Amino acid sequence: MTTTAVPEPAVTEAGAPVLAPTKIYKQPVGRSVSTSLSSGWGKFLVWGLVALWIIPIMGLLVSSVRPETDVKTTGWWEWFTNFHVTTANYKAVLNSGSNGDNLWHFFLNSLEITIPSVMLSIGIATLAAYAFSWMQFPGRDWLFVATVAMLMVPLQMALIPMLQLLVNGEIFGVHVLPLERFDITTTIYGVWFAHVCFGMPFCIFIMKSFISALPKDIVEAARVDGAGHMTIFWRLIVPLSVPAIAALAIFQFVWIWNDYLVALIFTARENAPITKQLKDMTGTRGQSWHILTAAGIVAMILPIIVFFSLQRYFVRGLLAGAVKG
Amino acid sequence: MWELVKAIVVVSLSLAILLAFLGLLYWLTGFLPKRWQESWRAWVFLFPAALAMVVGLLIPAIRTLYLSLFNDTSNNWVGFDNYLDIFQTRGTRLTVFNSILWVTAGTAITIIIGLAVARYADGMRGEKVAKSAIFIPVAVSLVGAGLIWTFVYAGPPFDNGLLNAVTGSIPGLPDSMGGDGERLWYLERGFGPFDPPSSAPGFNTFLLIVIFIWAQAGFAMVIFSAAIRGVPDSLIEAAKVDGATNRQVFYRVTLPYIRGTVVTVTTLTMIAGLKAFDIVAATTGGHFDTSTIANEFYQTKFVQGRNGLGAALAVLIFVLVIPIVIMNRQAQKRAEEMMGA
Repeated sequence: MTTTAVPEPAVTEAGAPVLAPTKIYKQPVGRSVSTSLSSGWGKFLVWGLVALWIIPIMGLLVSSVRPETDVKTTGWWEWFTNFHVTTANYKAVLNSGSNGDNLWHFFLNSLEITIPSVMLSIGIATLAAYAFSWMQFPGRDWLFVATVAMLMVPLQMALIPMLQLLVNGEIFGVHVLPLERFDITTTIYGVWFAHVCFGMPFCIFIMKSFISALPKDIVEAARVDGAGHMTIFWRLIVPLSVPAIAALAIFQFVWIWNDYLVALIFTARENAPITKQLKDMTGTRGQSWHILTAAGIVAMILPIIVFFSLQRYFVRGLLAGAVKG
Repeated sequence: MWELVKAIVVVSLSLAILLAFLGLLYWLTGFLPKRWQESWRAWVFLFPAALAMVVGLLIPAIRTLYLSLFNDTSNNWVGFDNYLDIFQTRGTRLTVFNSILWVTAGTAITIIIGLAVARYADGMRGEKVAKSAIFIPVAVSLVGAGLIWTFVYAGPPFDNGLLNAVTGSIPGLPDSMGGDGERLWYLERGFGPFDPPSSAPGFNTFLLIVIFIWAQAGFAMVIFSAAIRGVPDSLIEAAKVDGATNRQVFYRVTLPYIRGTVVTVTTLTMIAGLKAFDIVAATTGGHFDTSTIANEFYQTKFVQGRNGLGAALAVLIFVLVIPIVIMNRQAQKRAEEMMGA
């Protein structure tokens, strides 16, 4: 999956590729207006699409600050003529004590699931990416192709046996771990394990495309100076890979935060992440529109902040994976 | 809060233990004969990742394949009966058709919108605002997207659905298209003159696909924008000097140039469409003939507890990924040949 459409990462004088911290939405310096493909009716089309894209979110945002009776009886657009603002909905979802709707609890659960999963998967993937890039062993290329092929395997293919492993300690019907004594779905370890395994091919793929593009000279210079793999990895590869690690971390963070399927199967109610709770509320509290709106905003706010505040790192990472391929 | 701190401490400790363990293994490789050292050291670096992929993906995938050849309680070999079942039962067969619609129509519209925004917003005033707006849904979970759109599609007994308000205010619009403002958008399969047979996807499936498009187009747009930026200015300027219109420049220069990117994003979007589960679960739950293969898989295995049929549905998702990937490889090759020419 290679293409020449996107330039390689910029190279510094020292020869190390860097992920240029360019803002994606900014025009590169020196681009003349004459190369723009924008046109009159095209602008209308874009703004029309923007309206279509924003209006549904507006609906949720506006509804979340409207009083309960307003939300239930009238459309959110009537807020502009019948203007009432309240924070009651947010208070209701965040402070409802221990009655199970306290969203703050599920918000923390999401962090508890997400942060460790991201750390583990990136740590493990970086090690593997180094081996694939800079170590010699028989079958290296073949194994990397197999890893990339794993990207194709849909999550659903692994769910049933993974559940059998985590709940009964079975691999291929053979009992290997004494897990049946406790319910791993009530802990966070099961969902960590699932996320790390399912995300591994993607993480290796992204890290490998970055690490293997590091200049050969510096790695060889270090070898000549007598550095072993451990030293090269820690002193050279990890520091140089920080931009790629950051990009992948953002991507994985948002992906795992927003995951619903894995959480649905590998978590119980008390350790469920916020997406699962949001879905449950949609089912059980389908009538409580006002609560749902505030809950929806609370569940969405963090990934939106992460994406938009860190977009410059993220987009480079995305390009490394999706475009450079 | 304490739980979170604990989780991070636990994971940091386990990472430290893992690394110490790998360090120990690495040190042990020093005692091996020289010619084995390098490859054994590579295996030390690969070990945790290989373990995760073999235990977490490879073996489970093979196991699923195996389970799909057994009955629902996994004790009797049934051959391909589960697969035949999928296509012989109306409900599951329809989910396959629905998924195909997600993959084809959903992807096509996503790509066209992504390209259109990338093209027309390029260099436009307010470009940054417009692109950010289109991108927001990418950061929103699909469950959240389902919730957001429920406020659009809501119908009686609720009066707060946006779509009903819009269609209800259009004079002369027939009730079958929401003219009375009381339509149950998630439930009704027909739409105006469009009345699909019970074996075909209904209009409500398309409404769910709209949510998918809304959630995905920003991703396509960002990648296409970056790719369009990568087209050398000199190429575009040369075409314009030769008198090409904007339209010609786009179709003859830009689009061929970014073809490889378009193919990749198309593939990714198709695979995402094939795995569509969250949106369906968060909106209709797969009722009213809107289920997809991924949703049916969840319902079959985890709600009804049918191992064999569930596994067969999972395998079917995988089987449908394969032609998409093959198409990607071929289109990619053609794109490269064009670039080389």
